Amino acid sequence: MTALPDRPPARRLGLVIDLDTCVGCQACVIACKAWNSGGAAGPLADAEPYGRRPSGTWLNRVHGFEVGEGEDGRTVYFPRSCLHCENAACVTVCPTGASYKRAEDGIVLVDASRCIGCSLCAWACPYGARELDPASGVMKKCTLCVDRIHDERLPPEEREPACVAVCPARARHFGDLADPEGPLARLVAERGGVELLPELGYRPTNRYLPPRPGRPLAAQAPLVEAPSTAGFLGWVDRLLGG
Amino acid sequence: MHPAPSLIAFTTLAGAGYGLLAVWSLAGLAGLVPAAPRAGAAGLLPALALIGAGLLASRFHLARPERALLAFTQWRTSWLSREAVAAAATFLPALVLAGFWILAGRIPPAAALLAAAGAVVTVACTGQIYAVLRPIPRWHQPLTTPVFLALAGASGAVLAVLAAALVGVPGEPLALAAVPALAVAWGLKLAWWQRGDRAAPVATADRAIGLAGRAPVRLVEPPHSSGGWLVDETGYRVARRHAAKLRRIALAAGLVVPVLFLALGLLSGGRLAAATSGLAAAMSLALALAIERWLFFAEARHTVRLWYGEAAV
Repeated sequence: MTALPDRPPARRLGLVIDLDTCVGCQACVIACKAWNSGGAAGPLADAEPYGRRPSGTWLNRVHGFEVGEGEDGRTVYFPRSCLHCENAACVTVCPTGASYKRAEDGIVLVDASRCIGCSLCAWACPYGARELDPASGVMKKCTLCVDRIHDERLPPEEREPACVAVCPARARHFGDLADPEGPLARLVAERGGVELLPELGYRPTNRYLPPRPGRPLAAQAPLVEAPSTAGFLGWVDRLLGG
Repeated sequence: MHPAPSLIAFTTLAGAGYGLLAVWSLAGLAGLVPAAPRAGAAGLLPALALIGAGLLASRFHLARPERALLAFTQWRTSWLSREAVAAAATFLPALVLAGFWILAGRIPPAAALLAAAGAVVTVACTGQIYAVLRPIPRWHQPLTTPVFLALAGASGAVLAVLAAALVGVPGEPLALAAVPALAVAWGLKLAWWQRGDRAAPVATADRAIGLAGRAPVRLVEPPHSSGGWLVDETGYRVARRHAAKLRRIALAAGLVVPVLFLALGLLSGGRLAAATSGLAAAMSLALALAIERWLFFAEARHTVRLWYGEAAV
């Protein structure tokens, strides 16, 4: 049924992603693909992986941006995946009932056995979180690793999405964003976490933490020390350097 | 957005078919077209054929068409599902009407009215599918559904003139209705184009990455080195220059040429002249609708482009 849950879900499981600490290493992208190629959402298309034009389905992608100019300029890596919106139009536009939002934890999922591959849900998603899998002809999206986070056979510390578990910079945080006292809500409050494109009215669950302000260049130590040309080491330097 | 041939074919063919179904049913009810079997067949059979061809084309848009029946289930929330239900439901009165009209030479008023209403509702659902999509600002405007309805009605009226000429029914009232229908439809389309051109962007790249006001934002490392479904689907670009030229061609072929041929048919009299001019008007309009529908997709931009290097959508 593609109606959204009557009441807001008691729990709103989602991610808080720190744009300050994300280093764009793509580990979350790879871990996501690896887990979800075999998990509930899989397999994911992987055409020409070693060829000239590799392509395929990914549920999480990292974009590298340059933001600002001159001394204010900085690099921002932006991981993009499903935000598990409260007002998920991708669910309500679905003609078959394949797309649905879980009442218990707010996760938006696709029932692959009902999907006709019409692509309308991907058009309805402003964030580009859905991709039609060219191999299976059904829509794929982030499941928040629903087959991991609720699996009681796994040790508790492993019950988090693959992208969160793998992140070497600890830039990804997983939890319940409906809990006002929870660690995620506190993180969002402390760091001024933002909702993406609130003007579109989708009410996403995930939040992004903006980069901390950088120090001005003038206040920092010079990046390169001028090489010393005097003394014995200077002589060695000249001798070796030519 | 990617201009999928299946969707261009579906929306134009089914639109014209539902337009003709509505116009012919109402014309029969109003007595403009006689309740003769030949007259019923001349309008209703092409209408049903166009609708069938359009629905067949829509199947090619589905990656898993074998499950298409599931699309009838979610009419409570989904305009696509409502479109499927309305399309199927319209066949019932349309086939009853065709049966009575073609086999018995009778026009049951209820069937004619329901067929016309079903045609209008189905095309309105088609328009709503696009009109509710907020991430595609050019489609998300109040005029989108009226434009779909008006173009379907106008193409139905032009086809009705041709159908009347083919069976020797006096087509003057139909032609006199088709001219204002064309003018209204293309007038709405022109307003729709201009609104889309002038609309302020709904979102910008800095807002898309949660850093409002930190412009400029430049994409320096795309997330993948070659294409993929998402960029192919949303990344269709058409040169602005071409778009302007194509719009002028669509207006000329869709409005000016059909109106001239309809006037020619009205002035010249005679069945052959009416049929020839009606055919010319319909063919010119078909070309215009194909261009118009191609532009509908090709010019539309999706907010996902903000993460792929565009500054504003």
